[in-house]
Amino acid sequence: MSVDVIKTDVVIIGAGPVGLFAVFELGLLDVKCQVIDILDRPGGQCAELYPEKPIYDIPALPVVTGQQLTDQLMEQIEPFGAEYHFNEQVDTIEKIEDGFRVGTDTGTQFECKVVVIAAGGGSFTPKRPPLPGIEAYEGTSVFYSVRKMEAFKDKDVLIVGGGDSALDWTLNLQPVAKSLTLLHRRSEFRAAPASVQKMLELVDGGDISFKLGQVKTLHGDNAQLTGVTVKGADGSTFEHPTEVMLPFFGLTMKLGPVANWGLNLDENLIPVDTEKFETSEKGIFAIGDINTYPGKLKLILSGFHESALMAQAAHRIIYPDKKLIFQYTTSSTSLQKKLGVK
Amino acid sequence: MAKVTFIQPDGTENTVEADAGMTLMEAAVKNSVRGIAAECGGACSCATCHVYVEDSWREATGEPEAMEEDMLDFAFDVRPSSRLSCQIKLTEELDGLKVRIPEKQF
Repeated sequence: MSVDVIKTDVVIIGAGPVGLFAVFELGLLDVKCQVIDILDRPGGQCAELYPEKPIYDIPALPVVTGQQLTDQLMEQIEPFGAEYHFNEQVDTIEKIEDGFRVGTDTGTQFECKVVVIAAGGGSFTPKRPPLPGIEAYEGTSVFYSVRKMEAFKDKDVLIVGGGDSALDWTLNLQPVAKSLTLLHRRSEFRAAPASVQKMLELVDGGDISFKLGQVKTLHGDNAQLTGVTVKGADGSTFEHPTEVMLPFFGLTMKLGPVANWGLNLDENLIPVDTEKFETSEKGIFAIGDINTYPGKLKLILSGFHESALMAQAAHRIIYPDKKLIFQYTTSSTSLQKKLGVK
Repeated sequence: MAKVTFIQPDGTENTVEADAGMTLMEAAVKNSVRGIAAECGGACSCATCHVYVEDSWREATGEPEAMEEDMLDFAFDVRPSSRLSCQIKLTEELDGLKVRIPEKQF
């Protein structure tokens, strides 16, 4: 765990389109940013939920996909040199003299003058199959991710799912596990064809087994799984003994630690004013889908507007003595210099 | 205009009216039908609008396309009658459609 503290002007929580555009608006005002996101790449929902789906309501872009929008925003904000911390979730925000201390689940610590929450619908977290009693096994027998492969050494492992995570971990854990079974509801897979091919070769070689079906019930005691009842493709059920189960059913959005930061909340949204988009805590702003105010629309467009107004207010906190002169990127040489076009 | 009925796991029925051209998910969300989360807003990316189409309506609603079938991998307790309601476009022909809401969405 690193004890170094990263000092910066602004910590932006969330690297979705609105968090990314906040880098731009703050950057124009000489404000430096660190951006944190739980996903492994920028884009938020645009990258995770609909990278290939067209969006039709971004001004001047008649049609753009979630991935294109993300890529173009990354290009647009590149001159401002923000730093990104992916695969990290902000756990804590504490008030300190002269700003805030922000800590993530991997131990990274930041000190900043302003916090911008652009967390959209919350954190993407693995989906928990709604199987009765599953909570009791989580962390001991049921895992939604692999942190250390060693933990599965010499275990009977059951992997459930047909996407890339399920297939990748089938291939990676096979050499480590005592036995490995992949369970999926059908014989087609959404995972990359190359991984599917490798998996089928392991099945042919007798190194792993593949079963068709869906988990119906869990069996075990004292947080130790002993087996599962599976509903097979033909509707009949069978028992499958296992010590460990790794279900991979994609991600869902959960509000997560936002609820613990001492901010006023209204039905899992953060109320803000419509001049600065500041929360109940001075110096903490909320923009994009996570905020609420009279007339709020959950549009990327609205989040962009909120970024610009937030940036003006953030600037006043960071540079209390500097007078902000409003400038246009079309005509201001100083703005154009920052953008690297002059 | 099409009338569609959502049957809750406890047997309660909600019958709602929807304009042709809407998706079944939109009809559910617009009428606050319980059990249709539609987390992704209809992008066929989340499988939280999962329904079971009543047998007598399965021919009329058709089979899921490949993308929807992929996404159904992320649903819970998938059956041969499973569909994602955001992928069912309502037409006059579907007037009277009945679907069941699963016991659990993810």
